[in-house]
Amino acid sequence: MFNLAWLLFAFPTAGALIILLVGKRMPQKVVGWLASAAVIAAFGVAISLLFSLIGLPAEEQQITITYWQWMTIGSFQIPAAVLIDPLSVTMAMVVTGVGALIHVYSIGYMADEERYQRYFFYLNFFILAMLTLVMSNNFLGMFVGWEGVGLASYLLIGFWFDKKDDTYGWYADCGKKAFIVNRIGDFGMLVAMFMIWSTLGSLVFGEVGALAHTLAPATATIICLLLLLGASGKSAQIPLYVWLPDAMAGPTPVSALIHAATMVTAGVYMMVRTYALWEMSVPAMAVAAWIGALTALLAATIALVQTDLKKILAYSTVSQLGFMVMAAGLGAYGAAIFHLVTHAFFKALLFMGAGSVMHATHGVLDINRLGGLRTKMRSTYITFAIGTAALAGIIPFSGFFSKDAILVASLDQNIPVYIIAALTALLTAVYSFRALFVTFHGAPRDPHLYKHAHESPRIMTIPLWILAILTVFAGGFNLPFLLPLEHWLESSFSHQEKISVTVEIFGIMVSIVLSFFGLLIAWAYYVRKEAWPATLTKPFLFLRPLFEHKWYIDQIYERVIVAPLKAISSWFARVFDPKVIDGAVNTVGAVCMDAGEAVRKLQNGAVPTYAFSIFLGVVAVLLYFLFMG
Amino acid sequence: MVPTNYYLILSAIIFTIGAVGVLSRRNALIIFMCVEMMLNSVNLTLIAMSRQWNNLNGQIFVFVIMAVAAAEVAVGLAILIAHYHHAKTTNIDDINVMKW
Repeated sequence: MFNLAWLLFAFPTAGALIILLVGKRMPQKVVGWLASAAVIAAFGVAISLLFSLIGLPAEEQQITITYWQWMTIGSFQIPAAVLIDPLSVTMAMVVTGVGALIHVYSIGYMADEERYQRYFFYLNFFILAMLTLVMSNNFLGMFVGWEGVGLASYLLIGFWFDKKDDTYGWYADCGKKAFIVNRIGDFGMLVAMFMIWSTLGSLVFGEVGALAHTLAPATATIICLLLLLGASGKSAQIPLYVWLPDAMAGPTPVSALIHAATMVTAGVYMMVRTYALWEMSVPAMAVAAWIGALTALLAATIALVQTDLKKILAYSTVSQLGFMVMAAGLGAYGAAIFHLVTHAFFKALLFMGAGSVMHATHGVLDINRLGGLRTKMRSTYITFAIGTAALAGIIPFSGFFSKDAILVASLDQNIPVYIIAALTALLTAVYSFRALFVTFHGAPRDPHLYKHAHESPRIMTIPLWILAILTVFAGGFNLPFLLPLEHWLESSFSHQEKISVTVEIFGIMVSIVLSFFGLLIAWAYYVRKEAWPATLTKPFLFLRPLFEHKWYIDQIYERVIVAPLKAISSWFARVFDPKVIDGAVNTVGAVCMDAGEAVRKLQNGAVPTYAFSIFLGVVAVLLYFLFMG
Repeated sequence: MVPTNYYLILSAIIFTIGAVGVLSRRNALIIFMCVEMMLNSVNLTLIAMSRQWNNLNGQIFVFVIMAVAAAEVAVGLAILIAHYHHAKTTNIDDINVMKW
């Protein structure tokens, strides 16, 4: 079965190529279903890989299939190969499974779009790049996918590049911001790869893992911090998360697929893949855990006061990614991947639900203009509620189990980080239910919008229901104490520490309390309009402007980084380039011309001058032979 | 026997006179005559060295040079006459068409 693995890439490539070359001549529905079929077929391949892998004993569950030698430069050998192991197959299934649902949803969502073919081409290209990222067996192949998804993200965020509005500015600028901020992370990845190759002599994951113990702790720390920079770029952590909220300018299915379920998880996947390097550096893991925790808290505080539904979800994604990075920093790789999977389900669900709301309100997502939509959009409401419950960590939804796994890991190892994470969990419950209640409950705030709201067509609601069912039951993938997913994934990374029963039970109880307390606060304040939540949070009210201005990070970056860079660029463009570069080139030309002017005088047409030149030449030859002959 | 040096010095003098003439005279015919002078000075050198080294090659080569000189004069005068028909002057300062 493993020899079919190449089909994982063949199906999306074929879909993309067909749509690229003949898409304009095909009817819209055909383009959409063709693209979806390609991803569904890829999902089928992933399932077959899963079943083939499960049949093997744990030690043999690392299958490498080399397709060809990509680069051979002396000792620098990079194969074009895939690594089929539990981790990559899990990721492939999430990517193709959620990807397929989003493709189908997009057929309905983007039905009025003129550039339909381009959209589905980009989506298929994204799936291809993401699969390259997760299936590749070496850093460089993964990096090809890494860059590919970055490109797809840029193209899709700025899909409506000619649009401009007050929330996002020029949509094209949002794509640019994502690409440029990502580049900084890519720089970290590249330098880390250079260091890995120069110290360990290989870029293949298996070989690096086997040799990692030979690294000096300082080298390992530097490499891991650089990898963390890369992960921060892709997975939107401090300091490189600023692109994700602006990425909401893209179509909502894109936000669901790329900026919730798949691309942003690439950083977490990379951190788990390179676990052997991280285990060599305790300080780097600690930094990762703290960055993850702080990002989670920061983003949660901002989400609390956002008024645009997609922006709430965007900051929520940054926050949940913080949880995953935190888990990786604590060595709880199984928990990180488990949360990655459940988050893919419920966040994609929530984004698609938001898309459904946008469909009904003609693009309005300001929650201060919504309200009462649950009576008009039952399917969207119920599935959105399920997603919200999972996000908030309400038992028994999947989000509870995955988030709890991370919380328990931090409780076990690092109490300060646990406190931050627990606080974030509480805030998560509050803001997610705030979004649900303000949008779907209560009296409609804009009667006109409410009147025209309607449920979305089935092609959009059926994927919602599928994801909702997954969200409800995916907790079963990795229940506490049983941990089937983690055990299965363990062959891809190190053995996971067993957490003591008392810590586990305590963690579970605190998680339940926090999630329900958050739900209660949101219910009381936003539905019942009671006052006690306000009095409870009054001491913290001074923080509100800080949250509303997103901690002024964007402004700080603008002042400290962007403006000086623009000034330098401007100087280069206006002074250096015309005066120095053009000056040098023009001087060369001018020198040639002046030399020509001088030399031209030689050819004056006067015969005596020519005769004199002949004479001089003879004298020169004579002298030569006299003195050197 | 006249010392060979004398022949060589005479030849050098004649050559110099010819060279200076080529460079400084304006009349094309005079320049031709000066060129002939240079050629003949070389002939004198060849004969003098031939006598010194008892090698007849020098004298044979003089014949070659004379033949070449004759041919060259024929061609050169033909060109000059053709030019004179066109320009009505033999002043070489006026032959300056092939300049920049």
